[in-house]
Amino acid sequence: MALLEIRGLTKDFGGVRAVDGLDLDAAEGEIVSVIGPNGAGKTTLFNLVTGMTRPDRGEIVFDGHGIVGLRPSQIIELGIARTFQNVRLFPEMSVRENVMVARHCRTRSGMLKAVLRPPSFRREEAETREAAERALAFFGARLVGWRFDTPARSLSYANRRRLEIARALASGPKLLLLDEPTAGMNPHETGELIGLIRRIRDEIDVTIVLIEHDMRLVKGVSERVVVLDYGQMIAEGRYDEVASNERVIEAYLGRKASPA
Amino acid sequence: MTTVVEAPAAAVGSRVVMIGLVGGAVAVFVSANGMVEAFSERELLDGLTLGAVLLLSIPLLVGYVAGRRQPELEGFATRPPGWRNPATGLLAGFISGVTIGAFVLLIATVDLRGVLLNVTPELVRDDPRILTFGLEPGAGAGLLVGLFAVLGGLAGAIQVLPDLWRRAVLAAVGWVLAFGLMQAVVSQVLRGLQQQLRIWTEPLADFLYDTSGALSIAGITVVAVLGFCLQLLGSRKPRALVNARLERLTDRSRRIVRVAVLAAALLLLGLLPQVLGSFLSEVLNIAGIFLLMALGLNIVVGFAGLLDLGYVAFFAVGAYTTALLTSPQSSLGVGWIFWLAVPFVVLAAAVAGLLVGTPVLRMRGDYLAIVTLGFGEIARLLFLSDWLKPTFGGAQGIIQVGDITVGPVGVRTPQAFFYVIFVFVLLAAYATYALQDSRIGRAWMAMREDESVAEAMGVDIVTAKLSAFIVGAVLAGFGGALFATKIGSVFPHSFNVIVSITVLVVIIVGGMASVPGVVLGTMVLVGLPELLREFEEYRFLIYGALLIFMMLRRPEGFIPSKRRAEELHEEEIAQDEWLKTQDTGSRPEPGSRPEPGSRPEPS
Ligand SMILES: Nc1ncnc2c1ncn2[C@@H]1O[C@H](COP(=O)(O)OP(=O)(O)OP(=O)(O)O)[C@@H](O)[C@H]1O
Ligand SMILES: [Mg+2]
Repeated sequence: MALLEIRGLTKDFGGVRAVDGLDLDAAEGEIVSVIGPNGAGKTTLFNLVTGMTRPDRGEIVFDGHGIVGLRPSQIIELGIARTFQNVRLFPEMSVRENVMVARHCRTRSGMLKAVLRPPSFRREEAETREAAERALAFFGARLVGWRFDTPARSLSYANRRRLEIARALASGPKLLLLDEPTAGMNPHETGELIGLIRRIRDEIDVTIVLIEHDMRLVKGVSERVVVLDYGQMIAEGRYDEVASNERVIEAYLGRKASPA
Repeated sequence: MTTVVEAPAAAVGSRVVMIGLVGGAVAVFVSANGMVEAFSERELLDGLTLGAVLLLSIPLLVGYVAGRRQPELEGFATRPPGWRNPATGLLAGFISGVTIGAFVLLIATVDLRGVLLNVTPELVRDDPRILTFGLEPGAGAGLLVGLFAVLGGLAGAIQVLPDLWRRAVLAAVGWVLAFGLMQAVVSQVLRGLQQQLRIWTEPLADFLYDTSGALSIAGITVVAVLGFCLQLLGSRKPRALVNARLERLTDRSRRIVRVAVLAAALLLLGLLPQVLGSFLSEVLNIAGIFLLMALGLNIVVGFAGLLDLGYVAFFAVGAYTTALLTSPQSSLGVGWIFWLAVPFVVLAAAVAGLLVGTPVLRMRGDYLAIVTLGFGEIARLLFLSDWLKPTFGGAQGIIQVGDITVGPVGVRTPQAFFYVIFVFVLLAAYATYALQDSRIGRAWMAMREDESVAEAMGVDIVTAKLSAFIVGAVLAGFGGALFATKIGSVFPHSFNVIVSITVLVVIIVGGMASVPGVVLGTMVLVGLPELLREFEEYRFLIYGALLIFMMLRRPEGFIPSKRRAEELHEEEIAQDEWLKTQDTGSRPEPGSRPEPGSRPEPS
């Protein structure tokens, strides 16, 4: 059974059908790319899977649980973490704190413990900190050391994207959803991220679904590519299969430059 | 890169005229709303009334701002200091002077009392002719213009001084004003020191102040010199020196230093109410109760970002719970001791927090503010209502609220009460720090920054919101409990919306989410007005002016929660570029901060 199973997922916004009867699977350990022209419904798909938007119809089964109707905080606890297309950090909090927030669903201590500070609280706090720093260390020297304590708003654009990924990773997900992780990055940084995404999958066994417009990244990392248009899946397969698919070319040529 | 271009004369000129006119408008405003007259009852500095000082501080401010070396036009080079600084100061002061002079002539010829109630004949027409220092309107207007211009020029001249000396002059002026305004406090402290510690300090008060309570000439000189010198000495950054010295100590001796400092601080605070006497202790107690509330609201607004305008409701719940349980006259009539009532205060406040918090769970921002504002009024009206009169006593409230007792001793004097309030404040401050640095604290802050992302990152919004409301409510409840025993009675009219607004202003001006900021804000906005009774009538005018000023100039508050060690965006990008060039070669050690000087320019 696949880790994520989506059946007949549908979402309307007024007159716009953003996602239209979509069926999609992601097997454990896979890296899947979701591509498609602007407004195809890719981000909406992520919003539906993470519970930030409620579907009108359809089913989402993750790891054996039906997750439609669960709150986003419950869904991340089950193991689905995401990043955002338009980076959404907690700007006034420090880099480390941003990541520590994501440990919320893996920790338990409440207000009473916070005030009384028993050893169990301190242990949990230290573990949270360690987990956060480990997630940040994934990006080499870029987000560690003195950067731990700088506010997130002071980071460069590429570092903000990296911080978002670290934050998602710190929650200990089984499935990681990346929404255009390289938007705004230069080719060098994109290249770096390709390696990183592979490492995340190989080293910490996370299944990855990513939305991407940069075909170099799609080609570089994905084992399977899914093409959406008007909320429907119009093609699926290996990158070169999809890239030569007529419907895909048509969908892109209709509004946008052709892939590759 | 600053372009080396001088600001066009027209731009500088219009700026000076603008500042002068604003100063003139302020001078007219404080004269017409009665401030100058009301303040002229009190002699502040030898021969000068508070009203005169207020009026004459305007050209000083105007001249100082207009004479600033850096015309605030971006991209223009600053001129070296020279004759222009006093000249622009003089010009701006002159313009202000002409404005107020024209106003003097106007009210001398036309009776404006029909429109402006506070434009009394005593301002210009009849003795003592407050605005014109006793002169005929014509001569008085001339004097004002001259005085304003000269003072403006003088203040502008301060800008010629090098920074170090300029700050010292400002410090001297500030000290003189502070000692003048704080005459009651200073005299009391000097007297208290002599009585309590047998240090020979009381005659010092007679030296500093005249019999009228004004700072004497000798006093002015001494205080000014003191302020000047201390600023000169202090600008050598003793703080940095101390910190550097502390750095070099071992862990163990550092801990000893910390304990010693803490013990000394506690000892000082222990002596404080004795030295301050009953009136000043009472002022501190009022401030302390507000501080307790401010710390609570700081959690709700500062940490969790939930704008609660009905905060006074929890204060009222705490006060009424205490009154009901400790007063033998209340409907319950049990007459418990205070400490027995405290757990019920916590309980009642927490329930009130839940009651307010639950219906507003789905509201954000402005909607939340309006609804909580409504809740605050509902609470007051319930306590006032005839319906609940059998329980809460309606407008008659509840009297004979029990005293606090510690063992067999009753806490009755303000000095004794100070210690009780202090313990509560200390606990609240500790709890704030502890919560800030914990799982729930981070959840609150994440929710404040972006609620839907916080939820997507695993924060349970319902728990986080309700817990913030509950903690805030409990702290306000403590404030209410202490308030009720301190006053000895509770009436619904004590719990109006002004209390909520005051507490909110305190944390905005002091600094959101910052404990030192909240403490400073309470002292300045609640403590000071109790001392400066003259300002009472104009309290909200001053709050408003201060709020506008803060929003424009320092929206993060006096003491912001995190030092704004703003990383320049450019620097970040440069560092990233640099990392890239280093990719093949040696990477910088993780955690080592590239020196700004040694950083290679991005290609
Ligand atoms: N909250 C919303 N309210 C109304 N319409 C929405 C909302 N979110 C998305 N839509 C609409 O749904 C459609 C799909 O949007 P979506 O953001 O999912 O596209 P996308 O594939 O992510 O596009 P892009 O590549 O530009 O990010 C668009 O027509 C968009 O206008
Ligand atoms: Mg999108």
